[in-house]
Amino acid sequence: MTQSLVLCSFVYMGHLLYDVGGNCTRMGIPKDFRMTSILTYTLKNLPSTSKWALRFSLRPLSCSSQLRAAPAAQTKSKKTLAKPNIRNIVVVEGVRIPFLQSGTSYKELMPHDLARAALLGLLHRTSVPKDVVDYIIFGTVIQEVKTSNVAREAALGAGFSDKTPAHTVTMACISANQAMTTGVGLIASGQCDVVVAGGVELMSDVPIRHSRKMRKMLLDLNKAKTLGQRLSLISKFRLNFLSPELPAVAEFSTSETMGHSADRLAAAFAVSRLDQDEYALRSHSLAKKAQDEGLLSDVVPFKVPGKDTVTKDNGIRPSSLEQMAKLKPAFIKPYGTVTAANSSFLTDGASAMLIMAEEKALAMGYKPKAYLRDFVYVSQDPKDQLLLGPTYATPKVLERAGLTMTDIDAFEFHEAFSGQILANFKAMDSDWFAQNYMGRKTKVGSPPLEKFNNWGGSLSLGHPFGATGCRLVMAAANRLRKEGGQYGLVAACAAGGQGHAMIVEAYPK
Amino acid sequence: MVASRAIGSLRRFTASRTLRCPGYTCRNFSASSALLTRTHINYGVKGDVAVVRINSPNSKVNTLSRELQSEFVEVMNEIWANDQIRSAVLISSKPGCFIAGADINMLASCKSAEEVTQVSQEGQRMFEKLEKSTKPIVAAISGSCLGGGLELAISCQYRIATKDRKTVLGSPEVLLGILPGAGGTQRLPKMVGVPAAFDMMLTGRNIRADRAKKMGLVDQLVEPLGPGLKPSEERTIEYLEEVAVTFAKELSDKKISLKRDKGLVEKLTSYAMSIPFVRQQIYKKVEEKVRKQTKGLYPAPLKIIDAVKTGIEQGNDAGYVSESQKFGELAMTKESKALMGLYHGQVLCKKNKFGTPQKDVKHLAILGAGLMGAGIAQVSVDKGIKTILKDATLAGLDRGQQQVFKGLNDKVKKKALTSFERDSIFSNLTGQLDYQGFEKADMVIEAVFEDLNVKHRVLKEVEAVVPDHCVFASNTSALPIRQIASVSKRPEKVIGMHYFSPVDKMQLLEIITTEKTSKDTTASVVAVGLKQGKVIVVVKDGPGFYTTRCLAPMMSEVLRILQEGVDPKKLDSLTTSFGFPVGAATLVDEVGVDVAKHVAEDLGKAFGERFEGGSVELLKQMVSRGFLGRKSGKGFYIYQEGVKNKSLNSDMDGILASLKVPPKSDVCSDEDLQYRLVTRFVNEAIMCLQEGILATPAEGDIGAVFGLGFPPCLGGPFRYVDLYGAQKIVDRLRKYEAAYGKPFTPCQLLIDHANSPSKKFYQ
Repeated sequence: MTQSLVLCSFVYMGHLLYDVGGNCTRMGIPKDFRMTSILTYTLKNLPSTSKWALRFSLRPLSCSSQLRAAPAAQTKSKKTLAKPNIRNIVVVEGVRIPFLQSGTSYKELMPHDLARAALLGLLHRTSVPKDVVDYIIFGTVIQEVKTSNVAREAALGAGFSDKTPAHTVTMACISANQAMTTGVGLIASGQCDVVVAGGVELMSDVPIRHSRKMRKMLLDLNKAKTLGQRLSLISKFRLNFLSPELPAVAEFSTSETMGHSADRLAAAFAVSRLDQDEYALRSHSLAKKAQDEGLLSDVVPFKVPGKDTVTKDNGIRPSSLEQMAKLKPAFIKPYGTVTAANSSFLTDGASAMLIMAEEKALAMGYKPKAYLRDFVYVSQDPKDQLLLGPTYATPKVLERAGLTMTDIDAFEFHEAFSGQILANFKAMDSDWFAQNYMGRKTKVGSPPLEKFNNWGGSLSLGHPFGATGCRLVMAAANRLRKEGGQYGLVAACAAGGQGHAMIVEAYPK
Repeated sequence: MVASRAIGSLRRFTASRTLRCPGYTCRNFSASSALLTRTHINYGVKGDVAVVRINSPNSKVNTLSRELQSEFVEVMNEIWANDQIRSAVLISSKPGCFIAGADINMLASCKSAEEVTQVSQEGQRMFEKLEKSTKPIVAAISGSCLGGGLELAISCQYRIATKDRKTVLGSPEVLLGILPGAGGTQRLPKMVGVPAAFDMMLTGRNIRADRAKKMGLVDQLVEPLGPGLKPSEERTIEYLEEVAVTFAKELSDKKISLKRDKGLVEKLTSYAMSIPFVRQQIYKKVEEKVRKQTKGLYPAPLKIIDAVKTGIEQGNDAGYVSESQKFGELAMTKESKALMGLYHGQVLCKKNKFGTPQKDVKHLAILGAGLMGAGIAQVSVDKGIKTILKDATLAGLDRGQQQVFKGLNDKVKKKALTSFERDSIFSNLTGQLDYQGFEKADMVIEAVFEDLNVKHRVLKEVEAVVPDHCVFASNTSALPIRQIASVSKRPEKVIGMHYFSPVDKMQLLEIITTEKTSKDTTASVVAVGLKQGKVIVVVKDGPGFYTTRCLAPMMSEVLRILQEGVDPKKLDSLTTSFGFPVGAATLVDEVGVDVAKHVAEDLGKAFGERFEGGSVELLKQMVSRGFLGRKSGKGFYIYQEGVKNKSLNSDMDGILASLKVPPKSDVCSDEDLQYRLVTRFVNEAIMCLQEGILATPAEGDIGAVFGLGFPPCLGGPFRYVDLYGAQKIVDRLRKYEAAYGKPFTPCQLLIDHANSPSKKFYQ
């Protein structure tokens, strides 16, 4: 007891020093003491966070109680994840333009405008010479048909060399993750040294098509040679040809919308409406706090043509539980639990990230922010486990990296819905689920809330489908730098029943 | 056609084959005092809501038996008397079954109409009490909610159903020749409107939960859940209960109203129904339609209309009296006994009495992509069996694959499948021209041309490429399996699988075993057949097996009747008015004149004099003129795409005239014509039992009704003899024997039954 008290105060001091801008090792604090568990312990004693810590320690949501009971001093199971004979890949910097609710300031723009703004922000922030960049990859989900390779259009517009190839990837909500890991692959295999990865989504405008019949008629008209042929085609026109075709909101394989699936998932894991609302409130409150304290350093301002410069995310709206309780269910009516307030909202935004081989970055004089380490993609039943990607991906990526849950200092999970996050927590904390559905002997355990999405998440910051992945990685990297700690775990679910997880390792200061 | 529809719907009775009953008891209950030990029903209290759980012991389904009913009344009385309880939820603890209906055996044990009427009145009283309950009662329905189960549900104040495929609501009583006897005929029309209620009660069709919601039969739907911290079935029921409890609370707090918003169409219909004249017209229309479809052979539909009418026109009390009386009367009819017999037979034929096969069939190969081959492929791929469809020519293969696709696509159009499901099912099918992949086949079904040499050739080819455990099944309607197996290296693996066309519609599968066929081979094909959704009869090998053999003498008589100058249209109407779903002449066209000719020749050779009747020459001439029946566009009738009313083929007049034989006046009345057909059929069926081709009379009845369209109202040849008396049939046969000789000689087993009236096929 005495020992832990001593440790506490010791690290408390360490933490204060930290805030002053110091670095633990530089201050002479042994590395072993930079323990996450201790840190979080300390964090609770800080006035600014105590409210949250208290609130959530009351809720039986996480295994935080276990964590607190764990011995205060622990060592990382691994000092670093560097592997012999494999290049170290680093994130030099990552930025995003402010994420806005769709239909607001970005509504007149096109996706490549947002992507370009993110690229320019990255260029500005890093001053990287454009011709050093070997390759550019962007993720996007709802494709603008005019710029189907949005990465290329944005890169050209941002002034990158026309000799720099660019391609666009899509994997639902983990498209940007796919862009990053594609870049990692290119660097690891020695094809490239410098890659820009990013993502963009503009939900203010989506491609609404003519009906199939109308399209067929128009195409046939194109081919018709004589006036007679044209007239006979036109004579087949019917008024219903004009009914438009909207981009699908439902999962193609199951015809179920994601919100509906999330509601069923929450019900399957018996997640209550109150729990969901509380989690959403946490997300918004933490995001608000992070915004106010200037922690969201990845945001770059964007001067929107014809409008004011956008400097902040505009979807953060901490409310009260009473207010949230008033909302009607949005998908399963009238008794469902998923509402507008505990779901992520439609968002416009873009992000970009500069990824390099470590030696290249050092040679160029950069001080990288983090290593990108092991990652996995998983997929499962798109009907009943649509949003359980993190549950499947987390133990797998930890295993691959040789880490355990306690090694992780910062969790950054994509929050599609409160219910989805809480269901994932319950699934990760269930031996029954692990044994029956994941083919594992034991559960991986749910992440401790005090290390989880501490600067808000997709529920509050917003979720531009194609761009969220980079935000998650930068949040993890920046949190590790700010809060201290070595390993971050990024995880996300995606439509199609897929998922992703990646380990981010802080770059030694 | 109602007959065939009736058969079609019978299948749904056994929808719940694989039910699990987890030991799911009431652990969350606060009031343990309410936990008396009852066997069928127990209840607990959550807050101020009583949760009544129905769970009949040692059964996959809940049925409204006497014990269940009395326990239910007891429980409800306790709930009504308890001031702490303000509302109740009724739920079944068995996933996949709410209440499957009334206990048929309870009705069967009643000796008189009065007794049955009394059963009905008890039910009416019980449900009326429910309906008038001041404490709102919510029925939480997951799984089949049929017959009495539906009547119970519609007596409650509110209904919540799980939106899955297992959850169906319906009044299948008519399929058993009875009516909804516990207030259903009175309540249902009020709930869903008269036209929809008639539709439900007269067709017995099952209604899926989402449709039921649209009709107003249920008030809320609950989505089935995936796995969470428990298996999905278990959690879904728990969730259904949670939702139901919330609604029960809100109902008792008057937070939600019981009034349902009706759509415009519904409002208009209910307005129209308030006009007596419109109502009379509707009764008349429905009655006409029923008379036309049942040809007066089924009494239940008319009585249902009557009971509904009485209730609406003369008020509830009169309606209840009429319903219970008619229920009693109907339960005593032969038709009802026949239909209930079929129901029992069908349940029997949906079981694999040969045990679990050593190896599950995962890879199936089908030879021949014709109508049958493709049909078999269709019913296999949609059950998840990886299927190879092999044909000799690309054109044949294309046609077959298109048939499978069309079959699946039609289901998409009917919204029974999504296009995605269709595609993923269709990818279970591989079309090919060679024997690639046969080394993985667990079973090969050949559906090649009906020629012994061809069958021998493919058998040898197949045996050269398949693994040792692979079963070789031959889909043939008449070639003896023994002969096919004669060239096999492993005759214990050779068996017959006689499918009926169209395979995806016809439920019967006749399996033919030779003395060399091993038990495991039989178990394996039965398992596959059951997976394909078939009702299965297993018979011994012999010329024509069972079904074809019964049909052949009847067909022979059909030819004779035609030769005697009876017009095919008249013959058709005589057979359909006897209860056959398809007329005899049309049946020849449907089967194919060439096939009929083959069978007539083969079986004629095998059975000689007894199978005589009309001349095969008639069929021969038809084949030579290209009148092969529907498939060639001409047979006794002319078939044209898109033309509904087929006309007689006038070219047949010459052929018929040239083969005309003089009719014998004393056996040529309409009734005689009918009985000449039916008695030959029945006699041959009984002979099959006598010779051991058939193992049980039940299989004989199922085979005849489901495969050949024997009138369901008669329950099959054996039930028919039991119900109408063997002596009467022997008398008929003797009369025709006097005119035509040996073909009508009654078989020994039938004579035995006639001689001792106490002898019955069904005890």
